Amino acid sequence: MTALAAAHPLLVVSLVKIIVLLLLLMTALAYLTWFERKVVAHIQSRWGPYRVGPHGLLQPVADGLKFLFKEDVVPAAADKFVFVLAPFLTFSLAVSTIALIPFGPSDITIFGQRTPLQVANVSIGLLFLFALTSIGVYGVALAGWASNSKYSLLGALRSSAQMVSYELSLTLSVVGVLLMAGTLNFREIIEAQRGFAWGVLPKWNLFAAPLPQVLGFVCFFTAAIAETNRLPFDLPEAEGELGAGFHTEYSSFKFAMFFIGEYASMVTVSCLAAILFFGGWLSPFPVTHNWSWTQYIPAAGFMIAGIAVIVYGVRYSTIVGRFVLPVLGLVVAGLGALLTLPGAIEVAQGPFWFLFKVVVFLFIYVWVRGTLPRFRYDQLMTLGWKVLFPLAIVNVVLTSLAVAARP
Amino acid sequence: MHVEMVLFFVLAAMAIAGAVNLIVQRHPIHSALSLIVVMVALAGEYLLLGSEFIAAIQIIVYAGAIMVLFVFVIMLLNAGVEERTHASRMAQYVGLPAAALLLVELVWSIRRGAAALPVEVSGAVSTRQLATLLFRDFVFPFELTSVLILVAIIGAIVLAKRET
Repeated sequence: MTALAAAHPLLVVSLVKIIVLLLLLMTALAYLTWFERKVVAHIQSRWGPYRVGPHGLLQPVADGLKFLFKEDVVPAAADKFVFVLAPFLTFSLAVSTIALIPFGPSDITIFGQRTPLQVANVSIGLLFLFALTSIGVYGVALAGWASNSKYSLLGALRSSAQMVSYELSLTLSVVGVLLMAGTLNFREIIEAQRGFAWGVLPKWNLFAAPLPQVLGFVCFFTAAIAETNRLPFDLPEAEGELGAGFHTEYSSFKFAMFFIGEYASMVTVSCLAAILFFGGWLSPFPVTHNWSWTQYIPAAGFMIAGIAVIVYGVRYSTIVGRFVLPVLGLVVAGLGALLTLPGAIEVAQGPFWFLFKVVVFLFIYVWVRGTLPRFRYDQLMTLGWKVLFPLAIVNVVLTSLAVAARP
Repeated sequence: MHVEMVLFFVLAAMAIAGAVNLIVQRHPIHSALSLIVVMVALAGEYLLLGSEFIAAIQIIVYAGAIMVLFVFVIMLLNAGVEERTHASRMAQYVGLPAAALLLVELVWSIRRGAAALPVEVSGAVSTRQLATLLFRDFVFPFELTSVLILVAIIGAIVLAKRET
């Protein structure tokens, strides 16, 4: 393996990174469904998944197995080729956008090759990401059309109109950030946000001079929720009116691919929000001497969480839980202990803060879903074209003026 | 063979296959999908030429925006399978000879000038260079084009308003 890596370093290292990222991502996405069901359940004073494993922790495994073993129905009147193509498109496009996301500043070593914590460091990363998401519309549109069912077709029509409308605001809302950073590369956008105003306030684009991108962020996140077809903008699959919208006729693993695709785009949007407006992997605390203790936050957080899970787990009501929870707690606490090691502590800072911000945004996603009612279709279009779009343009104009006036 | 060479031929084959399939397919949606394949293959060729920006814009504008509208309209009109008719007289007597002539001309000019074709790949063209070209050196034609597009949009709206 090492010999092969020496002969084709880029190829082998990239392959290893892709496989590891894909495995981690699939696990994370599976547990994101658990996270969402749990959070929404608690918002609505329910327990959520509770039976499969302690606190429903094995529910994603059960769901995955169910998807694998269910009958895969293709409607007789469907356009077979396009019907199969659509879920693949949605899935592969949504997942491959994650390849562009940088997870940390420092390099890692694989088979003796130093390589960044990112699969593809493209010089125009942001544009490439938008290129991939802009083709994502086809997955939904074609799925609805190929199913040859009126609910699917109506859902697909709604969805394509919605995604095309909101893509404009989404793209325009990040122009302010681009003007301030002067680059399309993710790593450079993040590094442009390094530093602190008055010693404490991070120079993240949300707060930074010359113009805080609050307006841009509001437009971005609203448009992004609409772009990913999530509540309160989930009209493409409004179950009260359309069955399940564009994926009504899909079952088994093809349905799962749409499902995973939707969650993957949620993760992408959360990563983007963290990178563009919240300083990506940069820590919210200054690195001066007084603040050096903040380096231990990742380790302490993991250790406290792990110990809490152990203490809670040993008294859990089921036997399985009394075994699974303490083991889980031990792993988490062990990870925390590992992060106090001198070499690991610096490497862990970037990824920790990045993933922390991503999880916060994912929580907001679920929170919005749990609390806001669905928009009507005309309200959705009005909001997109008459509110968000002008606001995004105003943000571009204001930011351009501010950047031009910058001494 | 060089990796880039292999990629070039794969992408070129994709583009040509997509273009042929676009004509052969009888359902508008299948034709539109083939056209998207052509667009994406072309974007790949731009990437090979070291022009990442143009590649991304090619996908965003053509594959992501224009073709989405095509697919959307086809779905909205619920256009069915088109019927095969015999080739029209026009196509038979003018179209085919013209196509043959074009092919001969292409083959002849490529054979004659293949060695003389300027292979001008001066490294990657950065977004900054492109922006300087568009917004400084060619800003007047650029802005003129945008006015042209605006006129076209207004014209389309006026025409649409008159209908109803």
